[in-house]
Amino acid sequence: MLKGMTRLVSRVHKLDPGRFSHLGTQAPQCPVAHLDNQVPTERTRAISRTLENDPAKHGEQHVGQHYNISIQELKTVFPHGLPPRFVMQVKTFNEACLMVRKPALELLHYLKNTNFAHPAVRYVLYGEKGTGKTLSLCHIIHFCAKQDWLILHIPDAHLWVKNCRDLLQSTYNKQRFDQPLEASIWLKNFKTANERFLSQIKVQDKYVWNKRESTEKGSPLAEVVEQGIMRVRNATDAVGIVLKELKRQSSLGVFRLLVAVDGVNALWGRTTLKREDKSPITPEELALIYNLRKMVKNDWQGGAIVLTVSQTGSLFKPRKAYLPQELLGKEGFDTLDPFIPILVSNYNPKEFEGCIQYYLENNWLQHEKAHTEEGKKELLFLSNRNPGLLERLCAYL
Amino acid sequence: MAAPSVSCGAAVPYRLFLAGRVSFAREQGLWKAAASGLQTGTRCQILRLKHSPAVTTTKNVAALRRESYTVDFIKKQIEEFNIGKRHLANMMGEDPETFTQEDVDRAITYLFPSGLFEKRARPIMKHPEEIFPKQRAVQWGEDGRPFHFLFYTGKQSYYSLMHEAYGKVLHAEERQDQLRAKGLFSEKSKSKDLIGSRWLIKEELEEMLVEKLSDQDYAQFIRLLERLSALPCDAAEEEFVGRFRRTVTVQSKKHLIEPLQYDEQGMAFSTGQGKRKTANAEAVVYGHGSGKIEINGVDYLLYFPVTQDREQLMFPFHFLDRLGKHDVTCTVSGGGRSSQAGAIRLAMSRALCSFITEDEVEWMRQAGLLTTDPRVRERKKPGQEGARRKFTWKKR
Repeated sequence: MLKGMTRLVSRVHKLDPGRFSHLGTQAPQCPVAHLDNQVPTERTRAISRTLENDPAKHGEQHVGQHYNISIQELKTVFPHGLPPRFVMQVKTFNEACLMVRKPALELLHYLKNTNFAHPAVRYVLYGEKGTGKTLSLCHIIHFCAKQDWLILHIPDAHLWVKNCRDLLQSTYNKQRFDQPLEASIWLKNFKTANERFLSQIKVQDKYVWNKRESTEKGSPLAEVVEQGIMRVRNATDAVGIVLKELKRQSSLGVFRLLVAVDGVNALWGRTTLKREDKSPITPEELALIYNLRKMVKNDWQGGAIVLTVSQTGSLFKPRKAYLPQELLGKEGFDTLDPFIPILVSNYNPKEFEGCIQYYLENNWLQHEKAHTEEGKKELLFLSNRNPGLLERLCAYL
Repeated sequence: MAAPSVSCGAAVPYRLFLAGRVSFAREQGLWKAAASGLQTGTRCQILRLKHSPAVTTTKNVAALRRESYTVDFIKKQIEEFNIGKRHLANMMGEDPETFTQEDVDRAITYLFPSGLFEKRARPIMKHPEEIFPKQRAVQWGEDGRPFHFLFYTGKQSYYSLMHEAYGKVLHAEERQDQLRAKGLFSEKSKSKDLIGSRWLIKEELEEMLVEKLSDQDYAQFIRLLERLSALPCDAAEEEFVGRFRRTVTVQSKKHLIEPLQYDEQGMAFSTGQGKRKTANAEAVVYGHGSGKIEINGVDYLLYFPVTQDREQLMFPFHFLDRLGKHDVTCTVSGGGRSSQAGAIRLAMSRALCSFITEDEVEWMRQAGLLTTDPRVRERKKPGQEGARRKFTWKKR
């Protein structure tokens, strides 16, 4: 008569065979569970996966489905820039699958129809926390990489304005500050992503590094990057040079440039860095930020600028802020204006279904109620179709 | 009035102090110093009690350890209570004739607001019958002979009651035999008066008889009464049995279920309120929806980032299998995140009662979804660091 109190909460458990022993708090783990999965495999694959692995050919019919990126491509296209939880998921599942979603499709459509003679258009992806802005950005980057664009990807601009151990006074301009570590790391990743371009692009100025070293005019960009990686002290200046050259030369039409910055609201916010006399540093005084700001201005042609504003990792912004106006502040908004805002929202029912099917296929959800309707409804309620939250809910304890 | 120093206007507080203190101080003899106005009277009476003949037995020494109230004293207290009630009615501007006990209670809580958690420690003004414990009048006369024939059994009221009940049993059996002999015996079902009521518990019986009983005595008495009620009885005997039964109210029937209301679009909705610790919540549950919950204008995902709170919100719907079927709009204030979640859960469950069947309401009640959680923060006591935590004990 009394309805079972055991229906109170059904947490889904993860059984991770590789790493940790599971905690069987509620339901006992039965390996029999995955046998039932085999039967509707074909149907679920149709819902959750697509065989179309080229982002250029993704369309409305692929919304909610996952497409595969091979591990080789992952290493070249995304040496940095994937969210850490996604990297863990890739490592666990041994495959990288991204979901095709509407905001990304919209952006792809715009990118396919860009007129490269016009100044670069700015697109800003915004949305609540955990809705998938970074992964949408990664989808776009993958598309552009496939289309042979030059990718200038800053994985998280927030990392450049906080927690910097060594700030040096810039050699180029006494007012500004250098961040050798961050710059050198970025240069390494940039090199991995765009190997083939670096030898083709030629530098158009002579740059003197110090008394002994200099880069002649006409030498390939790879040399500048090498110099930055070797001599960490000059890394920031190397980054500045790279940005300047790329901006200049993309207007000439040699290649197409994609500038992708995640967390662009860091460029106009506050920093947590202080000088020796404990006075705060504004972002303009950081050389990396200063050069990056020049990059996201739309005074060059031959490419596109895709930006993300995010509250996670931002400094001194309230948790509930997600609109570009709130996160960028007045200065940032005025600088970025005009831009095309693209809202990234929670999953719609079809996408949610696709995500659950994907987890079930990979035997990620081990609770026996996970494939029932009730289990799905619970997950729906608890996560309210928020992708990030759903992923955390399905995670191991 | 016993105390010359007490004026008429102060009759009420005087009576109050008495009421508050007597209930607690029954066991201790410490309050003789307090309620000074009273003491002169009682002392005279107690002294009178001491000097009455044949009472200087050991029995009285035991009685002196508890405060004993004589009949005159109780009568005087009743008079004072009634006069005090009239004064209170005048003070509150109400009609003294129609001043009931509820009005008295309300007036006292208004005039003497108390923040004490223990309800029995708050000021009360009740009829002396309820305050002073029932005491037996003197059981023997001037010559020392006891009045009751069963006095020397030690438990005279109990044995006399047993005697009476057994007499009735015999009488009923006799009548039953007569009916059988005449052939008019018919099987009557007795169950109707036994349903919805219970026998007195031992404490209640002791209170009724003003006598200490043992468990065996009590069990014997109940067995006898059950034997009596099993026999066909007439009205007098039923009334006799009825004196020892108390009604048991069925809990869930107390709960009123609000009817559904309809707004302009014709959508059915229902409101409910809930409290938990210091959080107050009001929820409006709509009949048809997609499972959206909005709290203070914000989506529940943003308002409760912690999964535990969202699980609390999920509980009523999951229990009734209505996870994606209702839309909820609620407002909540006060408390912390966990108590706000609990308050909203209670409000939602109460609102949901209008949409579901009676059985499901009963199941929800048994699951604890409809009960306000009575736990509140316990106050910190002086001499301790917190409510329960004592200061670190140092040996020296």
